[in-house]
Amino acid sequence: METQFKILGILILMAPLVSAILSAMLGRPLLRSRTHWMVIIGVGLSFVCSLLMFGLLNPDVSSPVITIYDWIATGATQNLQTQFSVNFHIDSLTTVMLVTVTLVSLLVIIYSRDYMRHEHQPDRGYERFFAFLSLFVFSMCTLVLAGNFLLLYLGWEAVGLCSYLLIGFYYPKPEAAAAAKKAFLVNRVGDLGFGLGILLIYLRCGHLDYDYVFGPGLIQLKGYETAVALLLFCGAVGKSAQLPLHVWLPDAMEGPTPVSALIHAATMVTAGVYMVARCGAIFARSEPAMMVVATTGAVTAIFAATIALAQYDLKRILAYSTISQLGYMFLGLGVFAADAAVFHLFTHAFFKALLFLGAGSVMHAMGGIIDLRQLGGLRKFLPWTFVTFVIGSAALAGLPPFAGFYSKDLILVQAINTAPVLGWMAVATAVVTAFYTFRILFLAFCGPTRVPMEVRPHESGIWMLIPMFVLSLGALGAGFLFQHRFSEYLHLVQERFASLHHERFSHEFVAVMSTVLTALGIGMAFIFYIQRPNWADRTRVLAGPIYTLLQRKYYVDELYDLLFVRPLRYLGRICFGVDCYVVDGMIWLVTGIPRLIGWTLRTLQKGALQGYGLTMALGLGILLLFVWFTQP
Amino acid sequence: MELFSQHILSWIIFTPIVGAALCLILPTRWSRTLAMAASLITLLLCISLYATYGPAAADTPEARQEVFGVQYGDMKHVERASWITGEKFAIEYYLGVDGLSFPLVVLTGVITFLSCWASFTVKKAIKGYYILFLLLETGMLGVFLSLDFFLFYVFWEVMLLPMYFLIGVWGGPRKEYAAIKFFIYTLAGSVLMLVAIVACYFFSASALGGRGTFDIVQLSTNQSILQKFSDPHTLLLGFRFAPFMFLLFAIGFAIKVPTFPFHTWLPDAHVEAPTPISMILAGILLKMGAYGFFRIAYPIFPTVAREFAWFIAAIGVISIIYGALCAMAQTDFKKLVAYSSISHMGYVILGLAILNKTGFQGAMFQVLAHGISSPMCFFLVGVIYERAHHREINRFGGLWLTMPRYSSLATVGFFASLGLPALCGFIGEVYVLLGTFRAKDTFDWAVPMAVIAALGAILTAGYILWMIQRVYLGPAKDEYKGFPDANRNEIGILVPLAALCLLMGILPTHTVFNFMNGTLDLLQEKIVASAGIVGHLASSIGM
Repeated sequence: METQFKILGILILMAPLVSAILSAMLGRPLLRSRTHWMVIIGVGLSFVCSLLMFGLLNPDVSSPVITIYDWIATGATQNLQTQFSVNFHIDSLTTVMLVTVTLVSLLVIIYSRDYMRHEHQPDRGYERFFAFLSLFVFSMCTLVLAGNFLLLYLGWEAVGLCSYLLIGFYYPKPEAAAAAKKAFLVNRVGDLGFGLGILLIYLRCGHLDYDYVFGPGLIQLKGYETAVALLLFCGAVGKSAQLPLHVWLPDAMEGPTPVSALIHAATMVTAGVYMVARCGAIFARSEPAMMVVATTGAVTAIFAATIALAQYDLKRILAYSTISQLGYMFLGLGVFAADAAVFHLFTHAFFKALLFLGAGSVMHAMGGIIDLRQLGGLRKFLPWTFVTFVIGSAALAGLPPFAGFYSKDLILVQAINTAPVLGWMAVATAVVTAFYTFRILFLAFCGPTRVPMEVRPHESGIWMLIPMFVLSLGALGAGFLFQHRFSEYLHLVQERFASLHHERFSHEFVAVMSTVLTALGIGMAFIFYIQRPNWADRTRVLAGPIYTLLQRKYYVDELYDLLFVRPLRYLGRICFGVDCYVVDGMIWLVTGIPRLIGWTLRTLQKGALQGYGLTMALGLGILLLFVWFTQP
Repeated sequence: MELFSQHILSWIIFTPIVGAALCLILPTRWSRTLAMAASLITLLLCISLYATYGPAAADTPEARQEVFGVQYGDMKHVERASWITGEKFAIEYYLGVDGLSFPLVVLTGVITFLSCWASFTVKKAIKGYYILFLLLETGMLGVFLSLDFFLFYVFWEVMLLPMYFLIGVWGGPRKEYAAIKFFIYTLAGSVLMLVAIVACYFFSASALGGRGTFDIVQLSTNQSILQKFSDPHTLLLGFRFAPFMFLLFAIGFAIKVPTFPFHTWLPDAHVEAPTPISMILAGILLKMGAYGFFRIAYPIFPTVAREFAWFIAAIGVISIIYGALCAMAQTDFKKLVAYSSISHMGYVILGLAILNKTGFQGAMFQVLAHGISSPMCFFLVGVIYERAHHREINRFGGLWLTMPRYSSLATVGFFASLGLPALCGFIGEVYVLLGTFRAKDTFDWAVPMAVIAALGAILTAGYILWMIQRVYLGPAKDEYKGFPDANRNEIGILVPLAALCLLMGILPTHTVFNFMNGTLDLLQEKIVASAGIVGHLASSIGM
């Protein structure tokens, strides 16, 4: 068994890595427009292996740890682990993540084959795109498979790097370059906390292997659980774009749409959720930490959803929706419903990737136009995209029997019963979500055609449609099919989160209520954007300042610019000024002393006779005076 | 053959001199070939030392002992001969190598060879350039390999002079100013060092009863000398001997590292120096300061190291943050890299100050990692300076479009400097931070220092990413459209450096730690033991 897992694990990692390296090296000279095959094969192999691993794993047996090789040794001697290995920790959470990641990656890569070829792309970059995407799959799988915190951190930073490279994929565009930098920097802030958290674990436990930390190490962590959990959570906040570090994700939409679908919706941004679920043993021991996680999630959910109401950029709306849905997941984690959170992660991967690919299809059809005000009536031109987009929207809004309904409901039930305030916030978010989701649908696909004259919309080809169909199946059925099996399968996680809830609101009640509210939200969107289109404008005028506040995203970017970016730049300039004038000035002062002496002595012997004469006369005079006065 | 195998270190040191002599005699058109050959042979000789340290990879205690010795000061390939002997003194020609100097010697070989290769841009007075260049290499190798104070000092000065001319003659517009500033600064440091060396000699004479010693190993291991030096009643000019001497050495080395506030020569020198010289300056010369702390200041005055640990650590942390902030304010590309060097070397000082094994290993790793990544960054700057003839960051933009190969390699170099995991910059920083956290039982200031130092990582990411955005990303500018991508020479220099960045990041144990940890651990144990740290302090500091 263990050797099988070892081989599978290595294959899952190596296949995308090798294909990344090969497509980077052979892409330009040899493969060119065939590069995608290399990556499809690599990631496909990785997907097959993940499925095999999923099939082989018995979730009831304690998870095996598989050591691949020794990585670094520190000079530690006493009760501290000195060897860090590259090892895998394989349990049900791992396999679920692996299957999700590799499946969505494979589909997105297949989709990109057409998208990247036709999409406003200069002659080079095709192979670069696939190489980076493949590298991303490798990094993400490393993150998921890691059996210790050090390897987790490595994968964590590596996906961040891939994200940086792919956001900046259209680097000649200044916005893309700025967005890439912003994403990396904001993540770096979160990672600082994450790194310190890992250091703290290491100092307390002396080990970084999950096996030890979540086992005997928990006793050594006693008293430090809150600190460790909160520090680790900083990393999750950065990577999963939660308040207050959410600012990078909307800007990250400057990257190509498949990247937004894969990295900034379905997989990488959920790494934070995965990490908190993985460290559930630590989080669950600290009531305050759980409270922080739940509150951050709930507040972010409603915060981002309201911003989404007032945006016109199709992809940015989806980005805010991603932030909001990630908020749901953290709410789930925080109210001891880790299995529900991971379930939502799983279903969200399908429907959000689907929506992004749909948006990509729209962009593809419209020659890059993404502003909702210029779209409209696309149903006629893009029938298949429309169908899949409807499925995706229904799943996002949480209509039964679509996938989002089941997973969101599990979170809502638990939240309402354990933390009512947060729970009701989440319910309110559900209404907003339904509204903005169908706002997109109605504005883009229904109503009169607002397409500019020169654009001729056309349906996408088969390479793009098939992945969308597959994802639609997932968005349609993943919730219904797995609703019970999922938490059973993940029961290891469930076990760690001792369930606290005493049910005040039954599951059925919440399900019915949320369905009704969702329908309400959809109905409102229908009235606003189909039946009475002028109502939308009227509300906008009525809501005036609130609308502007939402449209400017609560002015968070401006605030950060004022609070951090500018002061730091000024501080930098001040330091440099100090360096030039004070520190260096001191040196000049010190060197001034010999100069002064030299100058003084030099003037005494310039070789000018008058000077000598004067000095002689003066000296003689002084001498005479001296003799005169000392004479008795 | 015996002449060779028994005097390998002398061969290493003097091969460049032989090359320089040949350059002098033979026609100018051969100079470059000769210099390349000489530095290549030196590099191969340096690598041949690997035979001594290779078995340490076995990592059993016996194998480690065999390679690194049982106590600090067990040197390999020792060469000793009396050189100047008088009634009262004995100056020796004393060479040796251990786990502390071996990686630095190899680094010197590699960087010197690559920067010799990179000297293809130098067109003026080639003969003189290469002669001075090779002389410089001898000086640097001599500093790392000599174990006699006098010899050490001689090599230290031998290195100074060629550097002065290399900056002052082949440099940029303000070369004379930069060269003089560099020279005066370093000379001031080495004069202080000379005073300390002489004082150490006289005081060791009274400790040993009679003849004093210049033997660095003896000074740092002989119990009666250590006791005499650290005795609070040993006074010089009314000051306690050990702190006074430590201060003199420390200023000399701090100027070289350089740390705040002795760093202002560095940006000037870098900006004016030609690219290959910048590479050497950043890659090796700065490392001598760190080496001096490791080899001289710390082992000879362990009590002071313990007593003033907070002060040294504070200097390190200030350098990290201050250097990063200054780098952020730069508009000159090369100055940015220069200030980033100050920031990165701050980690070395912090790692030293906390006096535990993790800190020492991290500091030394950081020395080597920076020794690879910063020459790479300077060369990267040099490549576009060659084409654009300016270094204004804000005037660049979109270079990736015109020079994709060069820019891809540039990303590796700058990300290594940023400390991205799986590249070399990461390991050193993490070790230093880890060590600083671990020292929290010994030093109550350790945790705040570590947190501030960790904040430096964000600033570093800030200025490097901002620079990448302004220089490499964005739309291609017309004035840079015609730039050719990196040529064969440039690729040839950048690829090994990039490979080393990756290798050291992915396999730090196999590429670096195996070759130095043995000695570093012995050194740390010795310092802690002779600093008189007892009880639980010793055990916690020993981690």
